[in-house]
Amino acid sequence: MEKLTFNQLQEDLYYEKQSNGLDVYILPKKGFNKTFATFTTKYGSIDNHFLPHGKDEYVKVPDGIAHFLEHKLFEKEKEDVFQQFSRQGASANAFTSFTRTAYLFSSTSNVEKNLETLIDFVQEPYFTEATVEKEKGIIGQEITMYDDNPDWRLYFGLIENMFSTHPVKIDIAGTIESISHITKDMLYECYNTFYHPSNMLLFIVGTVDPDEIMNLVRTNQNAKDYKEQPAIQRKFDEEPAASDTKKRVMKMNVQTSKCLVGIKSHETAQNGEQMLKHELSLNILLDIIFGKSSENYNELYSKGLIDDTFSFDYTQEQGFGFAMVGGDTPDADRLADTLETMLLKAKEKGQLTEESLQRTKKKKIGAFLRAINSPEYIANQFTRYAFNDMKLFEVVPMLESITLEDVEQAASRFIEEDRFTVFQVLPKA
Amino acid sequence: MSVIDEKVQQLKGFKLHTVKTAKFKTNTIVWKMKSPLKKETVTARSLLPHVLQSNSEKYPTTAKLRSYLDELYGASLFTDLSKKGEYHVMSFSLEIANEKFLSDQTPLLKQAFDFLANILTSPNTSGSAFDASTVENEKRSLKQRIQAVYDDKMRYANYRLVQEMCKEEPYALHVHGQIDDVDAITPESLYAYYETALKEDELDLYVIGDIDENEVAAYANELLQFSDRTPQVMDVRQTSIKKADTHTVKEEQDVKQGKLNIGYRTNILYGEKEYYALQIFNGIFGGFSHSKLFLNVREKASLAYYVASRLESHKGLMMVMSGIDNGKYDQAVGIIEEQMKAMKNGEFTEAEIDQTKAVIKNQLLETVDTARGAIEVLYHNVVSEHSVSLDEWLTGMDAVTKEDIVAAAEKCELDTVYFLYGKGEAN
Repeated sequence: MEKLTFNQLQEDLYYEKQSNGLDVYILPKKGFNKTFATFTTKYGSIDNHFLPHGKDEYVKVPDGIAHFLEHKLFEKEKEDVFQQFSRQGASANAFTSFTRTAYLFSSTSNVEKNLETLIDFVQEPYFTEATVEKEKGIIGQEITMYDDNPDWRLYFGLIENMFSTHPVKIDIAGTIESISHITKDMLYECYNTFYHPSNMLLFIVGTVDPDEIMNLVRTNQNAKDYKEQPAIQRKFDEEPAASDTKKRVMKMNVQTSKCLVGIKSHETAQNGEQMLKHELSLNILLDIIFGKSSENYNELYSKGLIDDTFSFDYTQEQGFGFAMVGGDTPDADRLADTLETMLLKAKEKGQLTEESLQRTKKKKIGAFLRAINSPEYIANQFTRYAFNDMKLFEVVPMLESITLEDVEQAASRFIEEDRFTVFQVLPKA
Repeated sequence: MSVIDEKVQQLKGFKLHTVKTAKFKTNTIVWKMKSPLKKETVTARSLLPHVLQSNSEKYPTTAKLRSYLDELYGASLFTDLSKKGEYHVMSFSLEIANEKFLSDQTPLLKQAFDFLANILTSPNTSGSAFDASTVENEKRSLKQRIQAVYDDKMRYANYRLVQEMCKEEPYALHVHGQIDDVDAITPESLYAYYETALKEDELDLYVIGDIDENEVAAYANELLQFSDRTPQVMDVRQTSIKKADTHTVKEEQDVKQGKLNIGYRTNILYGEKEYYALQIFNGIFGGFSHSKLFLNVREKASLAYYVASRLESHKGLMMVMSGIDNGKYDQAVGIIEEQMKAMKNGEFTEAEIDQTKAVIKNQLLETVDTARGAIEVLYHNVVSEHSVSLDEWLTGMDAVTKEDIVAAAEKCELDTVYFLYGKGEAN
């Protein structure tokens, strides 16, 4: 077991790779009541075209299958795993993103028992035709719930606009039609391909003794008969640099209009430090342009074009990335035009100042400290970073190292009109 | 050792609550102002915190104010409004980095106090009025906030249930006030209300972090001084109006998923001795993913993705919410009613009781692992005027028996069923 110490943050992190390939990290936290653990596979909604384990032909699986699998893993022959967790005083959950499926629990007692339950339930699938059919009704209601949610429609509409072929444009839960094709055998095929320990990461944060916990995990894993598995082969079609669609409008049962402007990223074949620097530079850039202390924000707010739903964000994973800016507005077209003008202007020489950079860096450093008060944030983000060969606890030194030139360069490469897109949700007349 | 070590002291016009703990990398300060929930004041109260946090005398524009917060290592400032039973509570939260985790060791807590005191007591005014353009901007935002509930159907259905169930009771008021009352507010009238609120509201200041409690008390005493007051008290037992029969409301809208929300009167309030049993009753019935509602409505009948019940502890309500197919109203209501009947008949096991106790205990301990969660837990005591420590809470809950739970279930009365459904598909 390795120990990594982060002096400035006063944290120690313990790491060990298991003989079956599983990466295990433990971060002891003093003073907290709870322990939080995530068991995550590098498998999400975008992994829909791949070479199944042991086969020699690529398959395309139905939209929404990674999320469906997540639901079904909780069901066992005797009972639902939720029952067992709650008997052990834990609350359990799971989520599926574009690139990851994570299973998690938090508990303030029986930590070791809960950890074993977590590992075992994820590593012992039990799928039957009957339970797969039953789940279609439940997930169908989840899909319908999102169909009625204008903010979700807005978010996904914008992503659909940006991408021509990349599966990030597929709704994570799929559609009622697409999930109707899912069978027990398909679930096993996905499971056997993506849930091998060498594709997974276990993170435990809380009031734990690292030696004891690592022992427990080691014993548990050594008792299971995993064979070495070759690297997973995924397939992605070529994706153009420009946004696929310039603008789309969806009419919904809402009273307030909503508008997002997106910028698709073309520099996404990155990982490690390069990716960390790129991602942080673009986040700093957006904050300088649109943060509450910016002139732009104050102009938009005093003109009444935005309200407190206004937000902006940059997301990147290997193979795709995008920024989005916007929110509720009384005038969706005028907001879109103004945001695009502001973005293009920020690219002009001399628009970004050293003073705003320093201020934003301070703000980001403080926000990071605030975030790492949360065991959930640490476990989820650490895993995301690790899957991209980045290190969560190097965010602060990386932020400190970013220069005005870095941000200017990021801006000049990123902000391109042909990568812009607009999506609006408007009230039905 | 107690779960949270809260120290409370009376300062000038307000109480200071401090919790010293080394587990966070930031310090959190929350200022709360509480007053009875009333039609006449709810809208002004919803506007006021947003005006105060926009700018101040010292930082007369939002850009200046927010730049200063960025300089303080991104101190996060936000305000919110909540209903706690029939009280309306304004909260101002400021969370600031603890400099010992920064390479720059300039102390930040005193600056955070100065800042908070500045926005609370030295607003941007001209004469006896707030800055007119600030009030105008925030009136517009407030209207948008009130309107936004309509666009989020889950929130809308919750809101409509309460509106129907508590008609003629203060609790029916929307937490952000009434849209028709926004226009009439002027920079002068809002300033007058601000002075009233500072004079009459019950005021509480919470500070959590790796702090020196004496130092914090000294800052608070120096920067915040208000007149003495006797807080106004609301008795929800006086305001509650019970119906003779169950009230059913169906509303048609352009939605794909139906939202079924059911309201019960629990007739038990936070701080009363049956409250522990009520918590466990709610947990077995619908609070968790091992509960009867989840098991029977979702897992067995496949009717819903979400189905849960929650308590409004200071008003004595329990609310079930679920998203179902537009055509499954009768089946869903039927199953939910059966689960309630099973609770009243004591059809649950000792194992379910233990399981629920374990999960509630876990939930509570987890809540106090965040500074804001701890403050919300501690603030229950202010709202209920009962001083229950977390440790008493845990022992109180452990002592609950099956008979207690059945007794709590028996007190629970169905009041209103609300269904929001899509066109042409409802039964």
